[in-house]
Amino acid sequence: MIIVRKEHRVLIQGITGKQGTFWTELMQDYGTNVVGGVNPKKAGTSHCGVPVYASAVDAMAQTPFDVSVLFIPPLGVKDAALDAIKAGARNLCILTEHIPVHDVMYIMAAAKVAGTAITGPNTAGSVTVGECFLGFMPAFNERIFKPGRIGVISRSGSLGTLMCQNIVTAGYGQSAFIGIGGDPIIGTTTRAALEALDADDGTDAVVMVGEIGGEMEEHAAEYAANMDKPVIAFIAGGAAPKGKKMGHAGAIVMGDRGTYQSKSKALEAAGASVLATPSHVGDVLKERLGS
Amino acid sequence: MNFEEHAAKPLLAAAGIAVPDGRYVRTAIEAAAAQQAIGPSVVKAQVPTGKRGKAGGIKTADSPGEAQSVAEQILGMDIAGHIVAGVLVEGRSDIAREFYAAIMNDAASKGPLVIFSTEGGMDIEDVAASTPDKIKRVAVDIRVGFDAKAATLMLAGLDLGDAEPAVAGALAKLYAVYIANDAELLEINPLAVVADGSLVALDCKFVMDDSAIKRQTELTEHGTPEKLTELEVRGEAAVIKYIELDGDVGVLANGAGLTMTTMDVVRHHGGNPANFCEIGGEAYTKAQMALEMVLDKPGIKSLVVNFCGAFARCEVMMEGLLNAWEELNPDIPVFFSIAGTGDEEAIKMLKDRLGLDPYPDMDAASKAAVDAAKGGGK
Repeated sequence: MIIVRKEHRVLIQGITGKQGTFWTELMQDYGTNVVGGVNPKKAGTSHCGVPVYASAVDAMAQTPFDVSVLFIPPLGVKDAALDAIKAGARNLCILTEHIPVHDVMYIMAAAKVAGTAITGPNTAGSVTVGECFLGFMPAFNERIFKPGRIGVISRSGSLGTLMCQNIVTAGYGQSAFIGIGGDPIIGTTTRAALEALDADDGTDAVVMVGEIGGEMEEHAAEYAANMDKPVIAFIAGGAAPKGKKMGHAGAIVMGDRGTYQSKSKALEAAGASVLATPSHVGDVLKERLGS
Repeated sequence: MNFEEHAAKPLLAAAGIAVPDGRYVRTAIEAAAAQQAIGPSVVKAQVPTGKRGKAGGIKTADSPGEAQSVAEQILGMDIAGHIVAGVLVEGRSDIAREFYAAIMNDAASKGPLVIFSTEGGMDIEDVAASTPDKIKRVAVDIRVGFDAKAATLMLAGLDLGDAEPAVAGALAKLYAVYIANDAELLEINPLAVVADGSLVALDCKFVMDDSAIKRQTELTEHGTPEKLTELEVRGEAAVIKYIELDGDVGVLANGAGLTMTTMDVVRHHGGNPANFCEIGGEAYTKAQMALEMVLDKPGIKSLVVNFCGAFARCEVMMEGLLNAWEELNPDIPVFFSIAGTGDEEAIKMLKDRLGLDPYPDMDAASKAAVDAAKGGGK
């Protein structure tokens, strides 16, 4: 399960922290169905109007949930995620940046066996426009997110947000925004997000915001080649020097791998429109959707 | 974080993978003394990059005098931008066969990947291209691990002869070193079978996961810090991601993706970015320090500021930026693009305090900054 709906019950691990509290309230205001939180030190209390449990396993026993959002510092994420997976979560949204990669791989292995989808790490979250959002996305800003039929996938929160604003400015709206995260190893890949939006009846076209580094855009292109829905892509980092991590741990060109050229070529060959700059997204949407 | 060969090999040795007798030295005199103690040697440049041999950074030495003269040649050499500050003087091995062994974090399988090839001593990418059947790869479930039994299964079908049990044991040990040290990549190339039939790791490449630095503090002391410019060192101290580039259009934005894209758009409009500088995430309150760094880059002629508020709010970033601007009073033109959370407040602040309006999008702002830089700035 990658696209989260308003009926899905959401747990917040780390709900009592400053960021956890701030964003939980915004999520609740928007319509996210937050049913509980976790903080072992504050178990038995209530926070943001929902009960706080010692663990995700405890939470599941008393207030069942479908999805968990983790506001947890890097070295605590492994334990928190394994707790949520053990509890039987269907989806985890891991926002944290700088989690040791060995911990991430451990989480991924456990999630795979349990059938838990992971979004992130190092994502700003997801928005199902007009229904709910997870993480720290400005879902409530109507000049950025408006209900519509464009699905958006982004490795970056800031750039994804800008793309969404450009889409709304051009007169369109979004079905869902899936922030997949800027780490080298992530749960929901570009391709997995693309498949989810392709299968979504509320989505007519997909805007994909990629970055240099790794091979995720190339793998997504293989799937895009057989899609009927138009795919419009922007790849960030064409002007980046080789061998430097450009802010995201995953955004690095090593030798001939992960280059802008390789990604844009694969996407164009698959019939996707590759944007020169994010400002062109509106014009290209009009062209591809014929309106 | 990269580790030079001399810093990586002790990790192998401690796990029971044999390495040649070696000494790391920083002067030619010490190299001569090391050769005298060890005997026939190889003198190897210690830099955190590959292709040292091709660059002339690896030479044999059969006498102390020869060790001294080759060390003199190698020390101070520039290999792919790294000045050689030390050499490893190592006993020479009588090589019968050369293998390749590595373990790396693999994005495709989302777990550790063990790689082994019977064709060692050459670039693994070349082997993959010419004789792919001589490479074995196994994706590991990190919860289960990888032992000698798993390694033996992996090696089936390769013609290893008597070396097979030792290779399987070495792979299991290599995996243990990879796990214990939060490696991103741990590679032995070549893993040699020597005259007496035993296995020796003749080289070792180790890259540690930067995200693990906080729990590997002792190990980190032996790593080679990334080569940074003065401005980049300032950025690191302030926990602001700053990368110095060679252009003249300064870039300040929030978030890695948006900052990269601002550089791209500057380039798209014919300009040259002077830097990558992002103040997203936890750094969004640090606009003041960020602006100071961007402006301190010599030769900067114009600046594009591109904010798109999501987690980082535009008016918080703008407040820091305007405070810095008023204090520094820089003499270069600045061009803004502002969108997202807090944009209206930020736009009003910009108008009130600098008398400026933002451009309608980042293309327009970047193009104006590029034009200003080409016109020589103010």
